[in-house]
Amino acid sequence: MKLTLWTYEGPPHVGAMRVATGMTGLHYVLHAPQGDTYADLLFTMIERRNHRPPVTYTTFQARDLGGDTANLFKDAAREAYARFKPQAMIVGASCTAELIQDDPGGLAEAIGLPCPVIPLDLPSYQRKENFGADETFHQICRALVKPMPRTEHITCNILGATALGFRHRDDVAEVTKLLGLMGISVNVAAPMGSSPADISRMGQAHFNVLLYPETGESAARWLERTCNQPYTRVVPLGVGATRDFLHEVAALTGLSPKVDESALRLPWWSASVDSTYLTGKRVFLFGDATHVIAAARIAATEIGFEVVGMGCYNREFARPMRAAAKAYGLEALITDDYLEVEDAIAAAAPELILGTQQERHIGKRLGIPCAVISSPVHVQDFPARYSPQMGFEGANVIFDTWIHPLVMGLEEHLLTMFREDFEFHSDAGPSHHGGKADLRDPSAPEALVDAADASGGSILAKMNADAQAPVTGAPVWQAAAERELKKIPFFVRGKAKRNTESYARDAGVAEISVETLYEAKAHYAR
Amino acid sequence: MSLDSPARGCRETPVLKERGQREVFCGLTGIIWLHRKMQDAFFLVVGSRTCAHLLQSAAGVMIFAEPRFGTAILEEKDLAGLADANTELDREVARLLSRRPDIKQLFLVGSCPSEVIKLDLARAAERLTTLHAPHVRVYNYSGSGIETTFTQGEDACLAAMVPTLAATEARELMVVGALPDVVEDQCLSLLDQLGIGPVRMLPARRSADLPAVGANTVFALVQPFLGDTHVALTRRGATHLPAPFPFGEEGTTLWLWAVAQEFGISRAHFDTVTAAPRARAAKAVAAHADTLNGKSVFFFPDSQLEIPLARFLARECGMTPLEVGTPFLHASITGPDLDLLPEGPVISEGQDVERQLDRQHAARPDLTVCGLGLANPLEARGHTTKWAIELVFTPVHFYEQAGDLAALFSRPLRRKALLTAPIFCSEISRGPGQSPGGQP
Repeated sequence: MKLTLWTYEGPPHVGAMRVATGMTGLHYVLHAPQGDTYADLLFTMIERRNHRPPVTYTTFQARDLGGDTANLFKDAAREAYARFKPQAMIVGASCTAELIQDDPGGLAEAIGLPCPVIPLDLPSYQRKENFGADETFHQICRALVKPMPRTEHITCNILGATALGFRHRDDVAEVTKLLGLMGISVNVAAPMGSSPADISRMGQAHFNVLLYPETGESAARWLERTCNQPYTRVVPLGVGATRDFLHEVAALTGLSPKVDESALRLPWWSASVDSTYLTGKRVFLFGDATHVIAAARIAATEIGFEVVGMGCYNREFARPMRAAAKAYGLEALITDDYLEVEDAIAAAAPELILGTQQERHIGKRLGIPCAVISSPVHVQDFPARYSPQMGFEGANVIFDTWIHPLVMGLEEHLLTMFREDFEFHSDAGPSHHGGKADLRDPSAPEALVDAADASGGSILAKMNADAQAPVTGAPVWQAAAERELKKIPFFVRGKAKRNTESYARDAGVAEISVETLYEAKAHYAR
Repeated sequence: MSLDSPARGCRETPVLKERGQREVFCGLTGIIWLHRKMQDAFFLVVGSRTCAHLLQSAAGVMIFAEPRFGTAILEEKDLAGLADANTELDREVARLLSRRPDIKQLFLVGSCPSEVIKLDLARAAERLTTLHAPHVRVYNYSGSGIETTFTQGEDACLAAMVPTLAATEARELMVVGALPDVVEDQCLSLLDQLGIGPVRMLPARRSADLPAVGANTVFALVQPFLGDTHVALTRRGATHLPAPFPFGEEGTTLWLWAVAQEFGISRAHFDTVTAAPRARAAKAVAAHADTLNGKSVFFFPDSQLEIPLARFLARECGMTPLEVGTPFLHASITGPDLDLLPEGPVISEGQDVERQLDRQHAARPDLTVCGLGLANPLEARGHTTKWAIELVFTPVHFYEQAGDLAALFSRPLRRKALLTAPIFCSEISRGPGQSPGGQP
C-alpha cells in the first residue's frame, strides 16, 4: 500500500483507452464498475475530442457481484458489436474487474463475434498507463499484422502516437513532412490515426519510425522480429537529434540525409545576441524519460543552459535516464511522487523548470518559471495552432516555448542596469506575466524590502526560505548583507545566495557580511 | 411567480427504469467538495491507481500543494493477504497523521477494489480511532462505484457521521448537506432574521462544531441526494421537514416557509424578512428569462439534483423539460418537487447511456444537461449543452444565487446564439470572395 496524493500516470486501462481513442474502427469493451467512465472526460475535455472514446463499460454494481458478471460482460460485448460494427475489438478488465477474474478474453471468444477480438492482460496493481498503451498497441499488432511484400517505393510506419499524447498530433505531421523531404512516404501512422485495416497492412513498410518509445517500443521490437522491419532509435526532438535521425534513416534506406533546413530558426535565434542572457541559466528537467533526455541535450547544447537536475516518472526507462543524467554529472531522479520532485527542485534552485503540468504548478508555488515538455497533459497542451515538438519546426516551437516564461533579454539587461530602483525591483516582476507591479515608496526603502520578503510572492523568496530552513550549521546572513543580496536582480539572486553560502562554508565563515558576499562573487567570477 | 401547484405534477408519473452503461462518476468524487467543506478532515481512499486518477481528473487537483485527500493504492502484495493490508493501512495512517497534525477527522473511504477484496474498513476505523484518540476521530464510508454514484458519496459520508454525533434533548434545527461557505452564511442569516435557532450544520466546517442530535431535533435537507443520511437521522429520533429544495426564488421560499411553520413564525414576519431577497432573486432570474423561456431541456442523470432543477427551470424560467434523468429517485425526499414539476417529461432513473443518447437525439432539445464525457461529443453533433458538474461545484442554493443558477443554463444558449449569429457573418466578416466563416 502506498499513499499517493497525485499520480503522473493513470492505470493501464487508461493507456489502452489512449490507443483505442486514437484509432478508428476499433472498439474497447472494458469490464469495469460504474464510475470508471470518468476517463471519457480526459479525452472529450482535455483533448476537446468531438467523439466519445470508443469504449463500452460493463458497469457492474455490488448486487451483480454475487450473480453473473460474466453474462453482463457478454451482453455488453454483443451489444457493442451490434451498435458500433467495429473492424476489431479489444477486451479487458479495469482494476476491480481484474479481481473478480471473469476472463473477458475467453468470454468474448465464447460468443463468437464476427470480428477479430484481441484480449488485453493489463495488470492494474503492478503497471501503469504507459505500459497499458504500449502493451495494447503491441497486442493489436500481434493480432493483425502479417509479414507481406514491401511497397515498391520506400515507405515507413510511424509508431507510438496515441490520443492524449503530448503534441502527438503535430509531431506525426511534422515527421511525415520531414520524411517526405527525404523522399519517403508514410505507409501507416499508428496507433493514432489508423484503423485495424491500416494496421493489417503495416507489414509492407520498409522500416519503422519509433517516435514514442513509452507507447510504441514493444510493437517496434515485435515488428522487427516478425516483419524484419528495422526501427529508428533516435527521437527527432531538437536540432541535433533531428539531424541524427535523418542520418539514421539514411543509413536504413540509402537515401541522402541532406534536406532543406531553411525553415529551421532555433540555431540563429540561439546565437543572436538577445539570447546571450540565456547562457548558463540553470534548468531542472522532469517528465517522461524520452522527452527529458532529449530536452537535456537541447538545453545544454542548443540553447546553452546548465542542466542542474533531471529525472523521469516512468521507472521502465530508469536505465537510459540514469545514463543520460550521468553525462551531465547528475544523479537522475526516478520517482512518481511529486512531493519528492518538488523537494529536488527547491534544493536545486533552478532558474527555469522544464517539466509536466505538475512541475508547472510546483514552479508556481516556488516562484520559478516553467515550460511544459512532457505528459501528463492538460487542456493547454492541446493548442489550436500547429505546434509540434519534433523535427525542425518542433525545434523552433521549443525555443519559443522555453524562452517565453523567462524575462526577455533586453528586459533583463534593463533590470540589471536599474536594479533596485523604485520601478525595477524584484517585486515588480517580469512585466509580461500579468502580475501587478508593486511600486515602492522610495522614501522608506528598508522597511519595504523586508515587507516584500514576508509576502512570499517574490520570485525565489519561498524557495530561499525552504532552502534555508533544513540546513543546520549554515552560515548566518548579517542584516546588511541580506539587504545587499536583495539588490541583486531576482533572477540571479538564488544563485548568488547559494554561491555565497557555499563560499562561506568552505572558508569557515560563520556570519556572512557584505564583504563575504563580494568575496564570493569574485571567487566565482568566470 | 405563483406558488400554486400545477394541475398535475410528476409524483405519479411512471418512472422509466434503465440499467446499462452509466456515464456517471462514482461516490469518491464527493471528496472534492467535502474536503473543502470540512477544514480539519482528511479523506483517505483505500483503492487503486484508478481511484487516484479519477480524483485528480475530476478535480484538476494539481492546484493544491498537498491536498487533504489521497489514495492508499493497493499493490499486488496487499491483495495476497488481508492481514498485511491492515498492517499496511495502519502504517500509512500513522505516517499521514504524524505529517499532518492539523487533521482531526480521518475518513477511510472504501472503493471498488477494497470492497471486492472485502477489506473491513469499518473495523479498521474502530481500531484506528482507538489508536489515535482523542486527537483524531476515524470514520469510514464507501465511495465505491459498485455502491454509489457521484453525490451519493456525500450521503454515505454524512450517514457515517450520524451515529457518532452527541445526543441532545434540545430543540434545534439541523440543516443537512454541504453548502459552500458563502451560501451557508446566507442561509444562517435568513434563519436568524426569521428568529429560528439555534441552527446546526451537518457537515460542520470543523469537527468541534459538529451538531448533536436527538428526539427534539428537526432537520431540513438542502441536497436531494441524502437518502441514507435521512434514514440515519430519523433513527436517532430526529424529524424531517419535507420541502422543495432551495433552488430559485420559489424553491427557497417554500423551503424557508416549511422551516418557519415548524418554528411557529408568522406569515407576516416571514414575508417581511423574505420580501427583499425574493424580489432580488425574481429580478435576477428574470434577466435570463428571455433566453430560457419556451426552450426545451433534457437531463442526463448526474447529481440527483435533476428533479428540483427541472422544477426550477419549468416554473421560474419557463422551460419545458423533455426528459429528467436521475441516478436515483428518492420519491420521499423529492416528492414536494415532483408535485410542483408540471406533468409531461419522461422521468427516468438509472441509465443505459446508448439508448438515452438515442432518445436525446430524437428529442432534439434546445439544451441538454449532461456530464463532461458527453458534452463535447453532443456539441459536435449540434446540440447545446450544460455540464452538469458545474451545478454541483458552483454556489446555486438560496435567493442570492437564483440568478447565477439561471445563468448557468442561459450562458450556453447565449453563446450558441453569438457564435452562429447570421447578421455578424454577412455584414462584418464576409468580404468579396470570402465564405461566411471567413475562410480564404
